[in-house]
Amino acid sequence: MALDRVNAVVIGAGAGGGIVAKELAEGGLRVVLLERGKWYTAFDCRKDDLRNQRTSVLGCAFGPDDERNRRVTVDAQGRELIVLPSDGAYQNNAACVGGGTFSYGALAWRYLEKDFRMRSTYGAVEGSTLADWPISYQDLEPHYEKAEWEIGVSGDESNNIFRPPRRRPLPMPPPFPSREHLLLKAAALRLGLHPFEAPMLRNTVPFNGRGACMRCRWCVGFACEQDAKNGTQNTVIPKALASGNCDLRTECVAKEILTDDRGRVTGVAYFDADGRLREQPADFVVVSCSATETPRLLLNTRSRLFPHGLGNRYDWVGRNLQGHAYAGAYGLMEEDVYDDLGPGASIGVCDYNHGNPGLAGGGALSNEFIRLPYHFASLRPPGVPRWGAAHKEFMRRYYRRSLAVHGPVQEMPVFDSRVQVDPRVRDAWGIPVARLSGTNHPHTIEIARYVAGRAEAWLREAGATTTWLKLPGRGLSGGQHQAGTCRMGNDPQTSVVNSYCQVHDIDNLFVVDGSVHVTNGGFNPALTIMAIAYRASEHIVRTWKGTQMRS
Amino acid sequence: MRRKVNFTRRQFIRVAAVGVAAAPMLGCGAGNSPWRFLSKQEGETLAALSDRIIPEDQFPGAARAGVVNYIDLQLMGPYKRFRSVYRRGLTGVDQTSQAIFGKGFVALSGAQQDGVLKALEKGNAPGAIWKEASSREFSDLLLGHTMQGFYGDPRHGGNREGVSWQMLGLPYPPIRGRRHYDLTKTGTVPSG
Repeated sequence: MALDRVNAVVIGAGAGGGIVAKELAEGGLRVVLLERGKWYTAFDCRKDDLRNQRTSVLGCAFGPDDERNRRVTVDAQGRELIVLPSDGAYQNNAACVGGGTFSYGALAWRYLEKDFRMRSTYGAVEGSTLADWPISYQDLEPHYEKAEWEIGVSGDESNNIFRPPRRRPLPMPPPFPSREHLLLKAAALRLGLHPFEAPMLRNTVPFNGRGACMRCRWCVGFACEQDAKNGTQNTVIPKALASGNCDLRTECVAKEILTDDRGRVTGVAYFDADGRLREQPADFVVVSCSATETPRLLLNTRSRLFPHGLGNRYDWVGRNLQGHAYAGAYGLMEEDVYDDLGPGASIGVCDYNHGNPGLAGGGALSNEFIRLPYHFASLRPPGVPRWGAAHKEFMRRYYRRSLAVHGPVQEMPVFDSRVQVDPRVRDAWGIPVARLSGTNHPHTIEIARYVAGRAEAWLREAGATTTWLKLPGRGLSGGQHQAGTCRMGNDPQTSVVNSYCQVHDIDNLFVVDGSVHVTNGGFNPALTIMAIAYRASEHIVRTWKGTQMRS
Repeated sequence: MRRKVNFTRRQFIRVAAVGVAAAPMLGCGAGNSPWRFLSKQEGETLAALSDRIIPEDQFPGAARAGVVNYIDLQLMGPYKRFRSVYRRGLTGVDQTSQAIFGKGFVALSGAQQDGVLKALEKGNAPGAIWKEASSREFSDLLLGHTMQGFYGDPRHGGNREGVSWQMLGLPYPPIRGRRHYDLTKTGTVPSG
């Protein structure tokens, strides 16, 4: 059944889609914002250590559910496996209003200038599609600033000599330091590093009409009952709705994008909350479903004009799936360092993002958010058994004496690490599911090994007497930092969208999420996704006011 | 006519209700089990296994902390998909125990039980079931679920009275945030 025509349908109310919906709605466009998940409130968010966005052994607290969703993974030996959202191999990102930003740790980095020029900086890397972005840090700088002020970032980067130029300081100060923070800061300074107060999308003082963080330790992976963690669900999406121009429809699952016989997009077919198939006509469509579900939707939209899916004329949709190769170290101290003061990650260094000898990049290091007891039970230095009396004694002795430093190592993109649609397996709505295959690049692992060694040295300097490394495997990356599958570029033969996130051969179709990242920085990607969304929105509003997207 | 239809329908509903009630009993294979899914004997084997993974010392071990209750409860919910893994796995544990020591797992000494667990962990445990299923995978699953039941939130049926969190020196209930710090002195590090 067709609904009244609107100007834009935005699919996905996460970091990208939430911002686009608000910017378009405030720009005077009629917008429908589709979200497959629910809109949770702070009161739905009991801190559950076995059912959250980080530890999902009993399910994903903020969607998607295990009952209706599946994916197929293909391992290095070609074995296929059907996986559920609560399985790690699913590479889940949250499905709810706010998307990942509802329950993330909320680190709010700007990528560095070199992160946009990886190919120029390091040259070609064999077996990798490493490339420069078509835009520079300077192109994105005003939009980073807008994200920092509209969504809300706290922190202090003044001691970070690697920081890129900025026009305006962060709107909020950092939280006062925890014991762990002070120990690590002193150690970093002794090593000649440049530690600073990590930027976070979190209120440390009342801001934007909401209160400050209460410093609990249950932050990353959980929702904030203080509503002090800033995502799109408590900032831009309410503004979009307040404009009167945005209709948010939750629990709506996009089936395919509708096209006409001239190759233009005409709307979206989706299943509503009651499972009815609806058609929403629109002047243009913005896909913001994250780097797995976005290519899945484009590839599931096939027609005579687009036999291989939308934007996929040159077989780049779904390619270069990447996340971050997390590298770091754990350390055990001889005295308590646990002071039960959250949110956790608070101190960072960018000394190892670039300029590492013989390596094409690196990553930021910071202290880890938290190791809840069940999580800590799987961490142990060599020599401690996995179970038995000795393991219990280890837990008891060291739980409050452990430190961890780690960071998101920038990955070398791999063309064959990819999202496809599975020819056989379908979800509960009958839509073919995503099929994930590929591996991490070997050089990514080399970089991770180096960065992990640096983390270990930092912990040793801080007084850790026992340390061990945390290293990524060769398995496919993705998860909450998933990116790269609809690459942004100037050449339609080697990318999917242009620098304004417009699909090359369909000018009324846009992709605005981590999918467009050419490379993913050595940082948590949320603030960059937000900045790109602001930049794309500005272009869309300007273009729409000129042409109405009706060619 | 109408009355007759109603009668038939009500009768059907009653039969259906009995069927639903009977289903879990059939699943257990015995009516004397204190558990929802597990049989009495399976529960005993699981208690003994989990107590080797997290033994009793000055703090309770896995069984007394409610790990069997945790696993049994999850087998009725999110872990429904592991039901047959447990049913076969627990039988397999007894097969391995019989093959090595000539007795069921529960009847073995602590050291013998550890020997069985190590054989399972290595993936070369004797027993007919382990020719079709991986004992290593079962032991990994069991280890993970035992840790969840002991160190996870009490709301899921394990970690009775937050005993493991008390052992680790964590406040209970766990979320306190600023409430236990002196808010009049901002900028200072609380002493915990």
